[in-house]
Amino acid sequence: MVVTGAGVVSPMGMDFTENAAGFRAGRTAFSPVTLFDVSRQRVGTAGQIDLPETGFPSRMDRGSQLAWLAAREALAAAGLSGGTMPMIVGTSAAAMPIGEDYYRAAQSPTQSRRAQLHRVETYQAQRQMVDMASLLEIDGRIRIVSNACASGANAIGQAFHLVRMGRAERVLAGGYDALCQLVFAGFDALQALSPSGIPRPFDAARDGLALGEGAGFMVVESAAAAKSRGARVIAEITGYGAATDVHHLTQPHPNGDAALITMQTACAMAGVSPEQIDYINSHGTGTPLNDVAEGNAIRRWAGDAVSSIKVSSTKSAIGHLLGGAGAVESVICLMAMEGQWLPASLMVREADPVCTFDLIREPREAPVRRTLTNSFGFGGANATLIFEKEGLP
Amino acid sequence: MSGKLAITGTGAVTPAGWGVAAMMEALASGETITPSLLERPCGDGILSTPVLRVPALGATTPKFGRLRRTSPISKFSAAAAMEALGEMRFAESTAGRLRVGVIFTLTNGCVNYSNRFFGEVLADPALASPILFPETVFNAPSSHLSALIGSTAPNDSLIGDASGFFTGIDLAAEWIERGDVNGCLVVAAEETDWLSAEALCLYSKAYLPAEGAGAIYLEAADGPAMLHHLPDPVSYQFHGRLTAARKMRETLAANDDGATLLVDSQSGVRRFDQPEVSAWRDWRGPRWSPKRVLGESMGAAGALQVIAAAEALKSGDYRQVVVSSVGANQQAAGILLGA
Repeated sequence: MVVTGAGVVSPMGMDFTENAAGFRAGRTAFSPVTLFDVSRQRVGTAGQIDLPETGFPSRMDRGSQLAWLAAREALAAAGLSGGTMPMIVGTSAAAMPIGEDYYRAAQSPTQSRRAQLHRVETYQAQRQMVDMASLLEIDGRIRIVSNACASGANAIGQAFHLVRMGRAERVLAGGYDALCQLVFAGFDALQALSPSGIPRPFDAARDGLALGEGAGFMVVESAAAAKSRGARVIAEITGYGAATDVHHLTQPHPNGDAALITMQTACAMAGVSPEQIDYINSHGTGTPLNDVAEGNAIRRWAGDAVSSIKVSSTKSAIGHLLGGAGAVESVICLMAMEGQWLPASLMVREADPVCTFDLIREPREAPVRRTLTNSFGFGGANATLIFEKEGLP
Repeated sequence: MSGKLAITGTGAVTPAGWGVAAMMEALASGETITPSLLERPCGDGILSTPVLRVPALGATTPKFGRLRRTSPISKFSAAAAMEALGEMRFAESTAGRLRVGVIFTLTNGCVNYSNRFFGEVLADPALASPILFPETVFNAPSSHLSALIGSTAPNDSLIGDASGFFTGIDLAAEWIERGDVNGCLVVAAEETDWLSAEALCLYSKAYLPAEGAGAIYLEAADGPAMLHHLPDPVSYQFHGRLTAARKMRETLAANDDGATLLVDSQSGVRRFDQPEVSAWRDWRGPRWSPKRVLGESMGAAGALQVIAAAEALKSGDYRQVVVSSVGANQQAAGILLGA
């Protein structure tokens, strides 16, 4: 199972090249939130994308606009202009901004029925994804995964399995989410957002995450199908693990039990040991509980090799993209393998003692053949993906 | 789907009551359940929407800490899932001897808590409740299910129209075939709130919004309800609902021999039923339309159709059951079940 095309839109940039340049340079991409009123929130910044106001179909919500841009880039990079293939998409909030508009309008007795019907229809993720597939000229079944912050990684993992089991030659897979008021206020209410607006994953004094928005997509294809059409292979997907953390709805088990399962499962599938992984793009939200759980899981998974395991969290640069996070971070892994560099956990002042691994604090050049990315969501959905550069057909 | 698979457990919570028996009794009667009025103040007046609610009486919500403060959708899901799983498998799962996957499909999700939380946000976000927000997330109900049965096996939530339940069965079949799980609960649920009820009635005032949950337990086994054919759904991006419904019927290739039951997705709203009516116009065999009795429960509706089909097979009255689900805005799907 190979990746023949990838696309990404994030606060760091509007395509693969811009994002790669930004992560390689160690830039951050946070700005004041202007999409909705944050004057009564504790935090007023996020990884908000400066998205053009025109050029999108009128029915498309902001999240689907991001998804469309990234999916279009992935298809173009794969040398495809549509075709018959399943599409598997992960999202957590879907078209929530439209739902918010519906809610506000529903409180007004003068709202037109027609405008409300339009909002109801376009609020639904399946409506948006059917329209997006149509624009991309993709004919095939559509699966929408909503496993909170693991959605994007699960979508790519499910695509990997569909191809692996011979149920599809290729699949367009990815994840997306746009910033919206309900979710922003929700994370603020949970006091999960860093009051400073600067997330510091794995810092000893980290105080929360920053939200962001974006989308990542890739074309997952059988090696035979890619070869038969002469497609350029970016990387292989060699392992995927999924498990459920049943400890608490919003808190991971402190020992990272489910994360350990997914990393072990993915490695067993890929036939690799921890020391053969050159880089881990961690879930690394910057919340006190998440980073401890993940750090413990990495230590237990790597054993004696832990000190040589290179880890960073790119959420330190663009924030937590929720349903888009796992997919965007998978694309970042592809960038690292293509450019042979490692992105950093930025803004770390003093590493938390849980970091028994090699925490990458500045971007660095390094040989990168295999990467692993972790995604853990609200509700306990955990996922790990492994990408590989060597052994390509 | 290459190996043998059977539905070996069913569970339902519907406006007819808690449990599959109550649902089947209502379907046998063929009478639409009497709606209640969901009312809310709006401007100077009151907005009323007729809805079918799950009765409070006879609730079988499992006693489990995480369910105490959840939205009704999680309680419905838990009751249906426990009925489908059964006591013995529940004990095996919690003891770690049975690896049970959970797939949850939905359209709207936790609208009650979303409504309450966003209302608080608009009033003053600084005072919005941190207890409500986590329950607004689409996968909150499925998370509670895995916790309830003590399973660390994979758990996926899928958003879609009512036909999404068939996508859930497809994914469950994949997990079982690969050996990722010993068996899988596929659950679909919705809860009523003015947000979703009024939204549905914008399409047609003839819709009767409903709530509830349906659950099946799927495993590689023999049983009275075997999966004979689960075709890929026909997505709507290049096919209208009529073409998709016809293609699905053609792919299902059900034998109209008088011994095959058709369970369709007609709700009684002519404009939206038309594609399915047309696709199955010449079907002469027996036909059930559960939504005409149980109301339009949106994301949960596909599950209730499949449960009705499995129960019909268990009764021994039919040799095969074909289920057709022509979704609102995603895809047409279906399944062929047999003994």
